[in-house]
Amino acid sequence: MSSKRFRPDVDAPEYHGRYSPYDIIKEGTIAIVLVGLLTIILAIVFGSPDERAITIKTWSNAAPVDFATTALSELNGTSGTAQYGAPYNTASTGQQLGPLQLSKWVGVRIPINTVKDFVISPLRAMPSQPALRDALTQWISASTSTQDAWVANYTKAADKLTFTNSVVTVPAANAGPVPIFINDLTQMARTGALDQALITESGYYTTDYTRPLLFLADGAYLESVATKQHLLGTQWGMMNETGSYPGQAWLWLYSFWYQIPPFNSSWGANADVLVWGLMMLLSALLLLVPFIPGLRSIPRRSRVYRLIWREHYRDQK
Amino acid sequence: MSTTEIDRQWTTRLRQRATGKLPPEKLLPDTQPTYVASWIYVFGVATLAALIMVIVTGCILAIRGPLWWHGSVYGHFVNSLHLWSVEIFFFTMIVHLWGKFFMAAWRGGRTLTWMTGVVTFLASIATAFTGYASQTNFDSQWITTQAKDGINATGAGAYFNVLNLGQMLMWHIVLLPLAAVVLTALHVLLVRVKGVVPPFAEKVEVHS
Repeated sequence: MSSKRFRPDVDAPEYHGRYSPYDIIKEGTIAIVLVGLLTIILAIVFGSPDERAITIKTWSNAAPVDFATTALSELNGTSGTAQYGAPYNTASTGQQLGPLQLSKWVGVRIPINTVKDFVISPLRAMPSQPALRDALTQWISASTSTQDAWVANYTKAADKLTFTNSVVTVPAANAGPVPIFINDLTQMARTGALDQALITESGYYTTDYTRPLLFLADGAYLESVATKQHLLGTQWGMMNETGSYPGQAWLWLYSFWYQIPPFNSSWGANADVLVWGLMMLLSALLLLVPFIPGLRSIPRRSRVYRLIWREHYRDQK
Repeated sequence: MSTTEIDRQWTTRLRQRATGKLPPEKLLPDTQPTYVASWIYVFGVATLAALIMVIVTGCILAIRGPLWWHGSVYGHFVNSLHLWSVEIFFFTMIVHLWGKFFMAAWRGGRTLTWMTGVVTFLASIATAFTGYASQTNFDSQWITTQAKDGINATGAGAYFNVLNLGQMLMWHIVLLPLAAVVLTALHVLLVRVKGVVPPFAEKVEVHS
């Protein structure tokens, strides 16, 4: 008969002690009843949050200048989405995990052209309006360099953008059809038509809100509402939810890394992929604890188990 | 048909293997070792009870669709039940996990029990996240537009688009719950097969 050395962090001693009666069905039933009651009490006392979703209509009515400025950023390619990179476009290389450019390798899988998808296509869906129709014809007939020059001329004067008497005005010269685009897109947004146009661009039936959500996130309005609700990344971000609810408290470690250097300082440009990489590593360590010498000894060395099994050890004495 | 032929059947072999590994007295025991005497053991069964509440309330929400709870007092109450059962589920599961860590509950051939527990925990986090992403309110707008950057940075966002409500809802109510429930069932069966881990021996023993 072969024998091997007993490894206290891997092997368990054979139990030859006493057994006591155990009614597993009764225990399970009591647990369900008690947890059910606790759930009902918490639901009655605290309820659950339900802040209405922001629409592009509510945004453009509440902050028309922010909307018009964002619309311009989609047209001149300076918005967050326009400069995002994969999976939306090739505008940037994206974040890096050391030498690994994971998102770039996967490539553009959800293609978004902010000029076409967020500005030109929605405007083309508008009911026939002579001025807009002529502006779109002028845009489509022009060369790319002419289009760029119009947008650049409008952008130069955009810090003087105003919204007066329900009209977007910018004192820009040689901006071609751009003033009509920005004003008409703002008018379209304020009626709610842009919400629908962005949702239904790919068909009548849809459950995909990628485009309107990206457009919404490019503006400052969504973030200003989130700031009031203490939901920014610097405020422990998405583990929270509106109101005083616990939210996804189990994401505390994930959110924690964003609060400390170097993730919020020198590594900030690649913070997302670095935090994800770190969390994957920590999850793997947790999964593989039984195989990792040193780590698997922590329970025995910490002696917390003596608290858990104090009656057993007392009986042994 | 001869007895030998019956014994060779896949069905017979599977039954014999299953009942050999997990006889009824192990599956539904009526006694347990006396060392199973701590409040920490309550959290395993409490996690299961909370999971049942999560599933039941989730099924009620599913019957009427993802928008029902915004315009119905009863629907909002069911959503509150769903939310709080999830909070209880995670609280009890995390206490259970750390309790098992400090018992070194992987000892004695229980490695797979530990690993199924950890994977269930990770699958539950993904399930809860997709739930938050499917709320169809401001919370889901903010959470998804923030979370996309982390997931996109890994490359996974190209296939797991958190801004696609339909995709998130399907993951939340079909794929991930299925994974969580199957993993939980496997975890519980492994606990019944292997039994509850015994306490550390206070002196080094030799076994064969």
